[in-house]
Amino acid sequence: MAVRHTLRSPLHERHVALGARIVAFAGWDISLQYSGIIAEHLAVRRAWGVFDVSHMGRLAVEGKGAAALLDSLMTVDIAGLEVGQARYGFICMSDGGILDDVVTLRRDDTSFLVICNASNRAAVIPHLHQHLPSVNPPRIEDLTPSTVMLAAQGPEALEKVNDLFGSVPALRRFRGAPVSWLGDAVLVTRTGYTGEDGYELIAGAATGKLLWEHLMKAGATPCGLGSRDTLRLEAGLPLHGQDIDTTTNPIEAGLDRFVQKGEREFAGKWALERVARNGPVRRLIGYKTSGRSAVPRHGQAIIQGERQVGTVTSGNYSPSLEVGIGLGYVLPEVTRPGDSLHVDVRGRLVEVEVSSLPFYRRS
Amino acid sequence: MYPEDLRYTKNHEWARVESDGTGVVGITHFAQDELGDIVFVDLPSVGTDLDQSAKFGEIESVKTVSDLFMPIAGKVIEVNNQLRQQPELVNRDPYGSGWLVKVEIADPSRAATLLTAEQYQRTLPGR
Repeated sequence: MAVRHTLRSPLHERHVALGARIVAFAGWDISLQYSGIIAEHLAVRRAWGVFDVSHMGRLAVEGKGAAALLDSLMTVDIAGLEVGQARYGFICMSDGGILDDVVTLRRDDTSFLVICNASNRAAVIPHLHQHLPSVNPPRIEDLTPSTVMLAAQGPEALEKVNDLFGSVPALRRFRGAPVSWLGDAVLVTRTGYTGEDGYELIAGAATGKLLWEHLMKAGATPCGLGSRDTLRLEAGLPLHGQDIDTTTNPIEAGLDRFVQKGEREFAGKWALERVARNGPVRRLIGYKTSGRSAVPRHGQAIIQGERQVGTVTSGNYSPSLEVGIGLGYVLPEVTRPGDSLHVDVRGRLVEVEVSSLPFYRRS
Repeated sequence: MYPEDLRYTKNHEWARVESDGTGVVGITHFAQDELGDIVFVDLPSVGTDLDQSAKFGEIESVKTVSDLFMPIAGKVIEVNNQLRQQPELVNRDPYGSGWLVKVEIADPSRAATLLTAEQYQRTLPGR
């Protein structure tokens, strides 16, 4: 007998059979790549690809007090969501630091689904429990181990998934609905993390396995974490644990549009208002290299003239643009698109220019 | 996957010794497969003198960066400038158009200390 200490998707054996290179991430064994990161990335940009994102946390929050609990903890309005509507926002600490960035879907009057990062599931669940009201406490159930979540992304994704299901209600972006398939229900949301249109699909483990098989048969390119990272970075999307974390706030990360203004009280509101009033002490910017060069990476110093003005938080190669791209925090005055900076890449200075986000936009 | 006319190192570089005392250096099929899609190769300048096992550059893939070590001592006489625009040649054709540097070999007899194709393959993890 051998004890394994990592978690695995119900689809793990399928990935191994497809020749996936498996890596450990957030306590899970996950596919890094199948055919190659660049090939998978370009398949999503040009056609469609499917990711097994079962490692993401899926938390059901249900009952009369569900809306109030989530509303008190999220930087965005949750109680006001319509049935079938989802919203991206932050769970902040009282000092404005970001515990996690999550997507919350209202399933009905008293039922919500919170999708959180795999790396933060173990922090978000206790955080919810710690803030339960004594009157009408909602039930919190971790659906992660018993469900599969797939992301079908790319210009052909909607059509291909619609074909497979026969009929999917027309969904606007950030809307979701259950769809009947093979005698079971699949929750379909028009959401994603790639900068492409597409769906995320949640089902019980058995149906989820069938769903993966059918999507592969329909011609989807299986895609792993490697391309997931290059795609989201091209789309200018932050990654918790790299670009945002409990030591950063949404204002300095340039994500204040996900912090609702107004009367509603939520954790961290006062701290965030203070940051907004005084101006953040640093700002998250995008940068890119001008051509082929060594790729700036996480943790490397951003230099202007003789001084360090910031640090890279995410750095990677952009298969669509064929340059190095990334995000980093810099002093607030160093933030105009076109500004020239350098990154100290293992002892050599690589020239970069400040770039507006996203780096890649679908035409 | 491992041509018999080349010599290899445990660090997954290969060297082809030509009859005129020059050598061509690159990385093996195993190395390019492990690295994944290559996006940048940092090579030395022509004229650089390098000892055997000296670091002569870096090869970067989407996910990692690896140091490159000389299989054999020599002076760099040419570098593969095609890799600037097409680093993926190292993945596609690691023994041909994906070559890295050409050197004037300091001591051609040292090539005999390198691994044969068969010896090199025996160092690779079973797949």
